[in-house]
Amino acid sequence: MTTPTTLIRQLQAIAGPDGVLATAEDLAVYAYDGTFAEQRPDLVVLPTTTEQVSRVVALAAAERIPIVPRGMGSGLAAGSVPFAGGIALATTRMNRILEIDAGNGVAHVQAGVVTADLQAAVEKLGLFYPPDPSSIRHSTIGGNIACNAGGPRCLKYGVTGDYVLGLTVVLPDGRVLKTGGKPIKDVVGYDLTALFTGSEGTLGVICEALLRLVPRPRFIRTALAEFPSLDDASRTVNAILSAGIVPVALELMDETAIACIEEAMRLGLPRDVEALLILETDGSHEAAVQDEIEAAARICRETGARRVQVARSEAERAALWRARRAVSPSLARKAPNKLGEDITVPRTAIPEAIRRIKAVSAQYGLPVVVFGHAGDGNLHPNILFDRRDPAQWATVEKMVAAIFEISLALGGTLSGEHGVGALKRPYMERALGPLSIEIQRRIKQALDPLNIMNPGKVFPE
Amino acid sequence: MTTTHDHRPPESAYLNCIRCGLCLAVCPTYRVLLTETASPRGRVALARKGLEGELALGPNLFEQMYACFDCLACNEICPVGIRPADLALALRETQETMRPARWKRPLFRGLIPHPGRMELATLPLRLYERLGVRRLVYALGLRRLLPGQVADLEAMLPRLPQRPLRRQLPEITYPFAAEADLPPNPLPVGADLPPDPLPVGADLPPDPLPTREGEQQPPSPLPAGEGPGVRSSPLPAGEGPGVRSTRVGFFLGCAQNVLFAEESAATVRVLARNGCTVITPRETKCCGMPARGYGDGEAAREQARFNIALFERADVEVIVTDCATCGSTLRDYGEILADDPAWADRAAAFSRKVRDISEFLMSLPLAKPAGRLAARVTYHDPCHLRRGQGVWREPRALLQLIDGLEFVELPEADWCCGSAGSQLITHYETSLRVLDRKMDNIAATQAQIIASGCPGCQMQLAAGARRRGLNIAVTHPIVLLDRAYANK
Repeated sequence: MTTPTTLIRQLQAIAGPDGVLATAEDLAVYAYDGTFAEQRPDLVVLPTTTEQVSRVVALAAAERIPIVPRGMGSGLAAGSVPFAGGIALATTRMNRILEIDAGNGVAHVQAGVVTADLQAAVEKLGLFYPPDPSSIRHSTIGGNIACNAGGPRCLKYGVTGDYVLGLTVVLPDGRVLKTGGKPIKDVVGYDLTALFTGSEGTLGVICEALLRLVPRPRFIRTALAEFPSLDDASRTVNAILSAGIVPVALELMDETAIACIEEAMRLGLPRDVEALLILETDGSHEAAVQDEIEAAARICRETGARRVQVARSEAERAALWRARRAVSPSLARKAPNKLGEDITVPRTAIPEAIRRIKAVSAQYGLPVVVFGHAGDGNLHPNILFDRRDPAQWATVEKMVAAIFEISLALGGTLSGEHGVGALKRPYMERALGPLSIEIQRRIKQALDPLNIMNPGKVFPE
Repeated sequence: MTTTHDHRPPESAYLNCIRCGLCLAVCPTYRVLLTETASPRGRVALARKGLEGELALGPNLFEQMYACFDCLACNEICPVGIRPADLALALRETQETMRPARWKRPLFRGLIPHPGRMELATLPLRLYERLGVRRLVYALGLRRLLPGQVADLEAMLPRLPQRPLRRQLPEITYPFAAEADLPPNPLPVGADLPPDPLPVGADLPPDPLPTREGEQQPPSPLPAGEGPGVRSSPLPAGEGPGVRSTRVGFFLGCAQNVLFAEESAATVRVLARNGCTVITPRETKCCGMPARGYGDGEAAREQARFNIALFERADVEVIVTDCATCGSTLRDYGEILADDPAWADRAAAFSRKVRDISEFLMSLPLAKPAGRLAARVTYHDPCHLRRGQGVWREPRALLQLIDGLEFVELPEADWCCGSAGSQLITHYETSLRVLDRKMDNIAATQAQIIASGCPGCQMQLAAGARRRGLNIAVTHPIVLLDRAYANK
């Protein structure tokens, strides 16, 4: 075993003198992600190229040091918290857009590019990269791919994985694997691009990606519908989708979510309704986009909305989405901690899922706020609590289990877009069954026999 | 942020940070360094761990609090209401209380709060300009021989006034005062070049104003009370049928006094021209921001108390300043003295009266300037004006009042310039990288003038322009308005 100072010197030789962080302060802030979970790494490395990542990982493999890849640390499942110590490998300085190939509609980027920065860059060329997790301005493409991030627009455009054409991945032994390519269709061999997408850093370090771009929709309409009854709002989702309308997004927030975001942003949202729905349509024909939003608005009124307002300007629309993206963190105005779940149910089960979640809240006595991407059945029940109180924490754990049970009982799953990380591991087997877990373990074993790549994540103990 | 008796920020200042990471997107130090340690979320985590005993409250931790540029972008974006920038300032005070740094007391208590001593201390700079040494440095290209950082610091200096403004301004300036009674502008009306232009060259600090082609007007004093939109006869304060002159207290900031005197002279002229009686208390002390920024909270509070009492005696309706940082600090007096029972109410009343010059002018029935000023102008939002005071529409509106002025919006206008008071000295590399992004955006506007109502921003932007050889002048919006009035 090399001494720590030798190791630091070796890593500095690879990533540069500024590329290795080792003070107590540095380690303390690389101990967390977007959750309350914490564990300090032993070192932080900030490479700038795939080649540097390859050399860092090869060195770590030789020394049997765990590698925990991370982007901007916005994850909501403690997937990048280094519970086994080792090297926190942050891709934030790998932030170059290497190529935007407008002819083929493909962007070639490094993993540390901020998703919103990529979007801004391609939109200047009339192109569009649709995936839009709420963390769009503070998360990276690499992290989005590793967690197969979603977002409101998934309803029409699909998730991150639907836009990944190819990857450059540093494997757990340091070798560099390239998967896929610029062609849209490619069925040669197993789809390794899909395997690494959503692998949460357990199979390798995603260093570069080829991303599919589509033409930017020229017209967008956004509406806000106010529902006195949460139940009516959740039933509306299905009414709209069954009417043959495919909105870009169909977002729901309950009254606590509205209260928190209103306190934070003062947009003038109504405080006397149980739920709001945000609806958005887009396309290349203005009249069609307008027709769709009006049709959706009509359905809202029929199913119990007391008021539906279409955004009158781009500024109004932007404010609405800024508010929607800040809903999750704004809940912390009510309590020092929150645990955001990410269940996904078949869309017809949404009203029932919400009713049962609210019943869990009533039964255990801690508030559960519900908001999320109702259109694709992806709900974010957020439990509000104070982690310093052991009794509350015990209750939270019971409530989490109860919420997962609700989802599974309704034919749903544990996570739509956040991933398993560390927090959902205990429920993996219950969700997938032993055979699926066994196959996945073998894949992990084949790629990472030393178990140095983000150990202790995804798989149950 | 109020602190407890031992000057530790209360738990509420950090407890509910759930580490969502929204602040990373807007933080200039994060966006250039790309490390969590340099992010607001990181600083909040460090503050909490330090205060709760998980990490030592030692130099490394406090250094991270000094790495914050206090641009307030994190305060603004946090949906939980945590104010990471304020927390970083509060921790600096915690450090000073635990281990006072010996060099700070003479600076923040002995020098800065005393205008006379500040004027003396900056005399060498004025002599450097007045005796022609600066001309020589530029003419001989000597600035290029200076080490990079020193050259950048030299480049920050504006054309320095011959005398501090405090020694030129009357304590009371009456509305519609004759030009002759107003403080002289080192840049005389009508003549667009400063009297003693520096030699031409790429390194030349540009004249803050463009030359008007063709005509050359003699500097003519403005006849009292004339000009379209300006009421026709000079009125004594508080008199006249249907017109009452507002008694405006002018808070003359230190940097404005010794470095940007002509800007504040313009401020007073414009106020007087628009019917205000301007009271400029001569004893005004530093607003307190430098002391606060370096953790000497008690010095800052003492300066606050002094200024509050001073302006109470002046009996003014509003307190106007043309320095973004002074304004934002003055507006905070209510908060920084909230725990002082003898002063809390007085401080809050003081803060409620504070207005930025652009904000105040746009609330008046402002006389439209008759003169033209033909130039392409862009505007940079000082952090302490836009986020510190919520003022960003008014300076833009003010500039757009001027005929001939072509206003072009600056992309990312509210991105910090990297000045942050003294970061070009203490955090040179980071400051320059933050500045680079600003200068890229400025260059893209192809503006001839960049206007910004903050001395720190102006100096930083001037240094940025000179580093790149950009031929762009940097000035305060009020100077352009003043010139438009004079150019009639």
